[in-house]
Amino acid sequence: MATGTEPPSTGRGVSATGVHSPSRAAIAPRHLRTDRWWLAPAATAAGLLAFIAYSTWRAFANSDYYAAPYVSPFYSPCLAENCVPMKAGPNWEIFGSWWGLSPALLILVFPLGFRLTCYYYRKAYYRGFWASPPACAVAEPHTAYTGETRFPLILQNLHRYFFYAALPVAAILTYDTVLTFRDATYAWGHAGLGTVIFLVNIVLIWAYTLSCHSCRHIVGGRLRNFSRHPVRYRLWTLVGKLNARHMLLAWASLISVALCDLYVYLLATGTFDDPRIF
Amino acid sequence: MAQVERQQWDVVVVGAGGAGLRAAIEARERGARTAVICKSLFGKAHTVMAEGGIAASMANANPHDSWQIHFRDTMRGGKFLNQWRMAELHAREAPDRVWELETWGALFDRTADGRISQRNFGGHEYPRLAHVGDRTGLELIRTLQQKTVSLQQEDFRATGEYESRLKIFQECTVTRVLKDEAGRVSGVFCYERETGRFFVLDAPAVVLATGGIGKSFKVTSNSWEYTGDGHALALLAGAPLVNMEFVQFHPTGMVWPPSVKGILVTESVRGDGGVLRNSDGKRFMFDYVPDVFKEKYAQTEEEGDRWYEDPDNNRRPPELLPRDEVARAINSEVKAGRGSPHGGVFLDVSTRMPAEVIKRRLPSMYHQFKELADVDITAEAMEVGPTCHYVMGGVAVDSDTAATVGVPGLFAAGEVAGGMHGSNRLGGNSLSDLLVFGRRAGLHAAEYATGAGRPAMSPAAVDAAVAEALAPFAAAEAPASEGPAENPYTLHQELQRTMHDLVGIIRRAGEMSEALERIAELRERARRAGVEGHRQFNPGWHLALDLRNMLLVSECVALAALERTESRGGHTREDHPSMDRAWRSVNLLCRAVDDGVVLERTRTDPIRPDLLALFEKEELVKYLAEEELYE
Amino acid sequence: MSSYQAAFKVWRGDAGGGGLRDFQVEVNDGEVVLDIIHRLQATQAPDLAVRWNCKAGKCGSCSAEINGRPRLLCMTRMSVFDRAETITVTPLRAFPVVRDLVTDVSFNYAKAREVPAFVPPKGLAPGEYRMGQRDVERSQEFRKCIECFLCQDTCHVVRDHEENKTAFAGPRFLMRVAELDMHPLDAAQEAGIDRKRTAQEEHGLGYCNITKCCTEVCPEGIKITDNALIPLKERVVDRQYDPLVWLGNKIRRRPEA
Repeated sequence: MATGTEPPSTGRGVSATGVHSPSRAAIAPRHLRTDRWWLAPAATAAGLLAFIAYSTWRAFANSDYYAAPYVSPFYSPCLAENCVPMKAGPNWEIFGSWWGLSPALLILVFPLGFRLTCYYYRKAYYRGFWASPPACAVAEPHTAYTGETRFPLILQNLHRYFFYAALPVAAILTYDTVLTFRDATYAWGHAGLGTVIFLVNIVLIWAYTLSCHSCRHIVGGRLRNFSRHPVRYRLWTLVGKLNARHMLLAWASLISVALCDLYVYLLATGTFDDPRIF
Repeated sequence: MAQVERQQWDVVVVGAGGAGLRAAIEARERGARTAVICKSLFGKAHTVMAEGGIAASMANANPHDSWQIHFRDTMRGGKFLNQWRMAELHAREAPDRVWELETWGALFDRTADGRISQRNFGGHEYPRLAHVGDRTGLELIRTLQQKTVSLQQEDFRATGEYESRLKIFQECTVTRVLKDEAGRVSGVFCYERETGRFFVLDAPAVVLATGGIGKSFKVTSNSWEYTGDGHALALLAGAPLVNMEFVQFHPTGMVWPPSVKGILVTESVRGDGGVLRNSDGKRFMFDYVPDVFKEKYAQTEEEGDRWYEDPDNNRRPPELLPRDEVARAINSEVKAGRGSPHGGVFLDVSTRMPAEVIKRRLPSMYHQFKELADVDITAEAMEVGPTCHYVMGGVAVDSDTAATVGVPGLFAAGEVAGGMHGSNRLGGNSLSDLLVFGRRAGLHAAEYATGAGRPAMSPAAVDAAVAEALAPFAAAEAPASEGPAENPYTLHQELQRTMHDLVGIIRRAGEMSEALERIAELRERARRAGVEGHRQFNPGWHLALDLRNMLLVSECVALAALERTESRGGHTREDHPSMDRAWRSVNLLCRAVDDGVVLERTRTDPIRPDLLALFEKEELVKYLAEEELYE
Repeated sequence: MSSYQAAFKVWRGDAGGGGLRDFQVEVNDGEVVLDIIHRLQATQAPDLAVRWNCKAGKCGSCSAEINGRPRLLCMTRMSVFDRAETITVTPLRAFPVVRDLVTDVSFNYAKAREVPAFVPPKGLAPGEYRMGQRDVERSQEFRKCIECFLCQDTCHVVRDHEENKTAFAGPRFLMRVAELDMHPLDAAQEAGIDRKRTAQEEHGLGYCNITKCCTEVCPEGIKITDNALIPLKERVVDRQYDPLVWLGNKIRRRPEA
């Protein structure tokens, strides 16, 4: 029809991918966000880096992790012969004498694996460290992406195993917390500032562990019909409420576990004396 | 003949809302190759805006409910002007249509024993509305959409082609229904909005399911699609519209901020306990219960409040009167100077329910006010006022088959069809209407198509349709002697103002005559509506084409409203304030002629005696003329 | 009432190219971005293409990107912006552009077709379905979806990698799989459809790295990641990786063998 109103022909021959793919709206910048979108990933990266630096130093230090009655959560349970003897403490010499490195390394694998495969931490480090994506609607720098479909990231599916492993670890830390109701001479019925810190920590550790998405799934999420399982439905609802705060709990427990260790370090090095409450 | 792409189908459905999709599903399941054409994307139809629920007498919430009572409520709500056979079919078939949705994956809210929960609504004697929070329309559309997809998956398995038997042409507009020389439907002429390309679908049966006409009014809850396309297509194809004067103004639309004025506040707010107050803090609805409803509604606030807990022993509060009554009451309060700051009245749930309950039962209302008006409905009252919501009038159809009058092969269902709701529609009866008559239209269209052969399309008609569609581009470049080109947006706004101010909720003879003059003038100017640019997704062009439809339909509304010298349901005359029994049996048919539209009076069929027997004699005398009563 | 002139940059063009155009436009109290786009149409750019419908956040038509963030034009109030700020409006950047603010979203409709529909249970007639409210609530949350496709747009898996579009269904349709898998009466399994397996193998669940942008942009506030995608991943783990489930299956299978 000669009305001159026919749509124009199209055609752009540049090959590019992502937001610069030829079919998409021609906009040069990789993103047009005007807010401080980089703040969240930067803060996440900084926080995680700080913890990694601190925990690496402490895990390899192989010293100053016991100050009666407190044992650093990094070294509990202590599984080698080279551990400091802790009266009634978590000394199980499963690995015997051949292990010469810091015994922390033996046990930290489990909480590390649990947190590394945790759905929240995955988001945090994918965004913060790997910039995949750095923030929503901000183009990522990678040319190819396969997500968690291949090795090694497909191993993220092992989160369930680590959750199961995290349960006994949390139980042992609970035992350690009970032991803090002693004084430096192992007499029961006492408490110090450390007891409070350990208590807060163990509550946060449990809250973080139980608020895990795998836990939510196991207690009830995997069911199709809640009406037939009223108890599991209640549990699922409860875990769901905790789960909504999983990020908060992840950070709070990360900080509290580091503080616990730091507190023990300060006591063990004599920098500080544990103020006794009773 | 102009070169336009042509495709052959058995049934073409215009519109992909509740009625259109239900019709398409039925036609396809009956073996007809079916095409659906919709102006928006698939799944965006205006049906998603329906909040309250689907009325169906499943008797899940109250075992006393039955289709007879639903029928009775519908007739009462429509002030006995309903095409009674439609009301009967609707009440009988609605439960099956709802249950069927469940088998397609719909998830309604549940009762304690696991059945579909039902809620109270204005004009319904028992809790009857199947619902999903306050997003029932979305659930309906999504379910029908997913059922459509599942049929396409079946076809894919059978033929290797998803769209071999059921295809959605999304973002396409139909501008003409085409006919053969014998006057039978032969197909539709369409354009694709995205590219502006024209195409023709040849089909012996066409189902109109285009919804309503609200975009002809300034304050409306309707979306841009509601330009009366199906009404106009029927008129232009030679089918009449019936009772177009009945336009429902929903009593509670948002009044502030201006950009969302008219957006709906669901009736469930009142069904769940919300009350209307004026600026003096008075629950004014108690002053507005009309005589015909006096025995059915609470006389005191205490009784009304008790009803929510104990509906068997108390009468319902007057906030739940049919929509026309509530809309008029709000209008009167505002006129008397007792309105809210932005010209509405207060609708309050914050003092009636705990915040948690409000958020759970009315989640989308909570968000709508929070996000659009910055009002927290759990802490303060909403401001609401009437908004143009629904047209009861529409294409005149056969009750059983949804076939239009006088155009073989043309069917209509849903809001575009008239008759079902009489002079006023009850809340919740719309979604059930879509399902019941959508299915019937699809069924009968498919049946008709098998026996109709392939009516020949007239090439001249296609040429004319092309010329008509391209006119706005020519108008922009027409010589100045023919007058300046008109901006379609301006014309649209003027039409909306005319209809709102002169043919709105309260009508007067003088104003409606003036409206008719203005519409005639606008029609003249619309011929010169010009647009710039090209045909690819050009909204100015689309609007210029829609103007034809809105003007035609508006003229029918104004003409019929001027003719009917009584007040009934969605038609209120200040100069004829009461209902006149003599008008009950009169239908006003509107037909297109060369230059505008003309009216014709017909009489309704007498109501079948067994249906009349469902009412008390005392009630019938209020509605029926003497001779009807003693026939 | 107070009105002011706002500075807008609106992307105009089509698949052949285009760019941001500057506009000065009046803004009144209480308006949303879509009102401003409409004002541009009515006064300065009559052929400015934009998709919209209900204007109340219920239909999900008017998806676009405002200052670089995927949003609904009708649900973005002008009052959230500083009056001096220039507001940039572009089409969705994960889909092919058609014209101006309108994109070709057919990717989503193609993906919708690949998810097997609800399978009605055999032996239950219409009207006989019995489900508790608590059993339908999870799937009901996902059925709140208005299909605005903002989650599909923001998801970096396809936004930043065009080539992943064949293998990855996107958050909206993985959520649909979750919805059906959690439906108390869906009989897919009886019909030989393993929704968990298809989620992983056909709809690309493994591509999701749960960075939660879909949840961030969802105008309906659906917790897509926490309530749909992660539970779906966990269901996949049940099948393939869980040691206890694996052991349980071994033990239970033994008597049969």
